[in-house]
Amino acid sequence: MSILVLADLHEGQLAGATAHVVAAAQAIGGDIDVLVAGEGVQAAAEAAAKLDGVSKVRVADNAVYAHQLAEPMGALLVELADGYTHVLASASTTGKNVLPRLAALKDVSQLSDVLGVESADTFLRPIYAGNAIATVKSDDTLKVITIRTTGFDAVGSSGSATIEAVDVVVENSQSSFVKEELAKSDRPELGGAKVVISGGRGMGNGDNFKLLDGIADKLGAAIGASRAAVDAGFVPNDMQVGQTGKIVAPDLYIAVGISGAIQHLAGMKDSKVIVAINKDDEAPIFQVADYGLVGDLFEILPELESKL
Amino acid sequence: MKILVAVKRVIDYNVKIRVKADHSDVDLTNVKMAMNPFCEIAVEEAVRLKEKGVATEVIAVTVGPKAAQEQLRTALALGADRAIHIETDERAESLAVAKLLAKVVEEEQPGLVVLGKQAIDTDNNQTGQMLAALTGLPQGTFASEVAVDGDKVNVTREIDGGLQTIALTLPAIVTTDLRLNEPRYAKLPDIMKAKKKPLDVKTPADYGVEVASKVSLLKVESPAERKGGVKVASVDELIDKLKNEAKVL
Repeated sequence: MSILVLADLHEGQLAGATAHVVAAAQAIGGDIDVLVAGEGVQAAAEAAAKLDGVSKVRVADNAVYAHQLAEPMGALLVELADGYTHVLASASTTGKNVLPRLAALKDVSQLSDVLGVESADTFLRPIYAGNAIATVKSDDTLKVITIRTTGFDAVGSSGSATIEAVDVVVENSQSSFVKEELAKSDRPELGGAKVVISGGRGMGNGDNFKLLDGIADKLGAAIGASRAAVDAGFVPNDMQVGQTGKIVAPDLYIAVGISGAIQHLAGMKDSKVIVAINKDDEAPIFQVADYGLVGDLFEILPELESKL
Repeated sequence: MKILVAVKRVIDYNVKIRVKADHSDVDLTNVKMAMNPFCEIAVEEAVRLKEKGVATEVIAVTVGPKAAQEQLRTALALGADRAIHIETDERAESLAVAKLLAKVVEEEQPGLVVLGKQAIDTDNNQTGQMLAALTGLPQGTFASEVAVDGDKVNVTREIDGGLQTIALTLPAIVTTDLRLNEPRYAKLPDIMKAKKKPLDVKTPADYGVEVASKVSLLKVESPAERKGGVKVASVDELIDKLKNEAKVL
């Protein structure tokens, strides 16, 4: 078996997700290469070379791959995929954007959001917003897979893989980058944080989300939100935890003023410890919470912040 | 220009799903079905582009069993002009659907194809991207804003950590994310009118496309149930439990 992992980049640096995808590749077994594609990505390539289990890092460093637009990235993968049995990427918005193109051009199916590996051709993946888990077997000669990173513990970074340049340059006249507005934050990234504190519609308005800041600072937590809070316009969509937002599995998840709709639970129910704070003691969130505290969040949050 | 919009019949998003006792699949007998919510957003966007005068005709297409015509009629009631039903009882996966849609694109030559970013049953998030690859057209996935400007379209995409805007040459493929728009409800007179709008029925064989896939579904299980824990009486008790019992602080 021979596996190619497409590295995730965040502002040109190697994103944490890649170490999880390499772990998934290890679960499949075989030689693991990592492809780092972008513009000015030498540092990311060096970081990828340190990931345990990686034999070779292939670097496609060219302006055409800047921002990892779907069309050139798909074309690059088509050029490089021959000789591999599996091509993996994280189920990030980049992985999901690019990998189906590779699959279609190679006339194979693609498996999305794989969270478990049974064997080299059989995988577990969530369907119906995580309300069912499907076991699927692929008989395609090339298996193209996006990995749900919460399903695999990250590999360490004590390796020293070789780095080689890829000189494939593709044409792209169809799509161009205009701008990017990334939310700036000193807090850990939602997907990789050890502690997440999320607010729901019960927060009342966007200003009240400030009540979560102090607690997040003390716990080193990322701040999330339910879809209800996003739809109500309290906070931006990139804070959304749930089936239609981020899937998280931190050590500690604190849900504040969140009722616990199925679509939210699908995004956080694999957290190790769940705390729910809600004034409605019948809220469904309490059915999944390890520790529930019934009461007024506007009294509880300041008290919690002062006592932590 | 024409806009082609793809829709899918799925289990209604409010229905709590059950896994069949033999674990062969999810039980869909006597379950309420509806148009996939992301497809509703796609139809709405197409209809708005027609209302703005950007599009001249909106064509809705679906791949699925006979009953999927209900969802096409919904699309027609919401403002699509005509519909194409590619009828199959087989479980058509993303690649087969994309191949069929590619044939429709070849026939109809739309300026824009709008699809939901994913269906809420299989949660694949693939068809639009595959269609783009097969037709050789550029793609703007997870769109929260679509602005057609001459022979280009600017698509603002919801990406991890923020928003990205890209410019695509037309024709192009767009897939919708949640915040693109709020779909309207169909009015009764429009539902009546929709019954008279043209709906062509085709089969995958008409397009020379094989629906079978090399991926087989071995079993479907319910996820591990998470058991509810305890209620604590105070913030002090909560902090104590997190420190000493759960050991996460």
